[in-house]
Amino acid sequence: MNAHVNPPAAPPNAPVVALRNVHKSFGSLKVLDGVSFSVGRGEVTVLIGRSGSGKSTALRCIDRFETIDGGEIEVCGRRVDDAGLDVRALRQDVGIVFQSYNLFPHLTIEENITLAPHAVKKVPKAEARALAAKVLAQVGLEEKLHAYPEQLSGGQQQRAAIARSLAMQPKVMLFDEVTSALDPELTGEVLKVIEALAADGMTMVLVTHEMSFARGIADQVVFMHKGKVHEAGPAGILSSPSTPELAQFVGTGF
Amino acid sequence: MGGALNINHLLFLGHGALWTIGLSAIALIGGGSFGFLIALGRVSPSRAVRLLAATYVQLIQGTPLLVIMFLSFFGLAALGFNISPLLAAGASMTIFVAAYLGEIWRGCIEAVPKQQWEAAEGLALSRSQRMVKVILPQAIRLATPPTVGFMVQIVKNTSLASVVGFVELTRSGQIINNSLFEPFIIYSIIAVVYFSLCYPLSRLSRRLERSALQKKPALA
Ligand SMILES: Nc1ncnc2c1ncn2[C@@H]1O[C@H](COP(=O)(O)OP(=O)(O)O)[C@@H](O)[C@H]1O
Ligand SMILES: [Mg+2]
Repeated sequence: MNAHVNPPAAPPNAPVVALRNVHKSFGSLKVLDGVSFSVGRGEVTVLIGRSGSGKSTALRCIDRFETIDGGEIEVCGRRVDDAGLDVRALRQDVGIVFQSYNLFPHLTIEENITLAPHAVKKVPKAEARALAAKVLAQVGLEEKLHAYPEQLSGGQQQRAAIARSLAMQPKVMLFDEVTSALDPELTGEVLKVIEALAADGMTMVLVTHEMSFARGIADQVVFMHKGKVHEAGPAGILSSPSTPELAQFVGTGF
Repeated sequence: MGGALNINHLLFLGHGALWTIGLSAIALIGGGSFGFLIALGRVSPSRAVRLLAATYVQLIQGTPLLVIMFLSFFGLAALGFNISPLLAAGASMTIFVAAYLGEIWRGCIEAVPKQQWEAAEGLALSRSQRMVKVILPQAIRLATPPTVGFMVQIVKNTSLASVVGFVELTRSGQIINNSLFEPFIIYSIIAVVYFSLCYPLSRLSRRLERSALQKKPALA
């Protein structure tokens, strides 16, 4: 048995993602102040909160884009806070999609998608191309295989970025305000793709400002405020918040 | 007086001009290869490598090319290494060009948006895969206009190789002038030749820059 390839066996019902009392500061700025939440297999957790409340940072810590100062993070049976973590193995299990799509502009959509499966997982070229066709169909872009990112609309680029992540066959997907950079008429097509993923049983953590979308998709809502989980619970808390801060947040929409 | 300017003089100048082009090519290839390593060193994850590359750049950028030429020709000769003018000039140009191209290219690598690195990291690509497959192809597009622009500097700077006895365009002009004593005519011809080598390069550079600017939104 190779400890670097297989994470320590986790109990069957263990959460896919768990944050336990996570602390994180940038210099003297405390951004995460004892954050805890966990996400079970096939569950969708939605992070909401004002700009600057630490949502992106929490997401980035899960994928080890930031290291934490205290607490524990466990993802797919791996301790992410462990200094000896195999980061690339973690990132094969975790897909992340950012607000600004970040497709590689010099590559076609197909090349964007086949790059990592071929380079990282050594999937043969032909098989990787078949995979690209499959994930593009999943996001409704099968005809854009040979287009360059600049030839796509923002919504299409974001769907292609989601397809690129899916091609790595992640066990959990992270989405950070993936519709915030889009014109309002283009957000719907992206949200639909995410809803289809949820219906397919993908485990997801997503940050969004789209409250009706959050209400529809969330198994769990985590409201962040000043670096803390201020209130958390099922989607119902959006309609009947128990803290004045969440009430005010959903009242104003921001 | 040493007679009038004739076809043989012009052929000799032409020969010198060819060596100016040859030395420029050596400088571009040698300095480009070494400069590429310098650029990679400047963005290396290793502090020691970054420091080493930065020190090299500072040292060379703080030394006149003329002095590098003298050092590699007369300095090494004094130490018992006899090297040819071509080798001295080629090595000096390589050392010099590497520092400048290395710095230009470092800027181009760093100009690729940070999000491109992160997207590649998120896909579990290794550092070298990120560099080779994602960052460098974009950096090369950014690097083309300033690199072509810098070639103008390379061509002009080869004239300094005349001090180590390398017979390029300027040196061949000096040699002819030593017998003809027609400095105005001869150096005018030389200036025209340099101009006709450099002008197309600067035009090309400016055109590339403009088309790169037009494509910028696609890179963002
Ligand atoms: N790399 C960083 N360096 C310094 N400060 C940062 C960094 N990333 C985020 N911050 C700060 O941390 C706070 C929380 O940011 P973020 O997690 O992006 O919040 P949110 O996603 O909820 O808007 C903000 O004040 C932000 O300016
Ligand atoms: Mg954010």
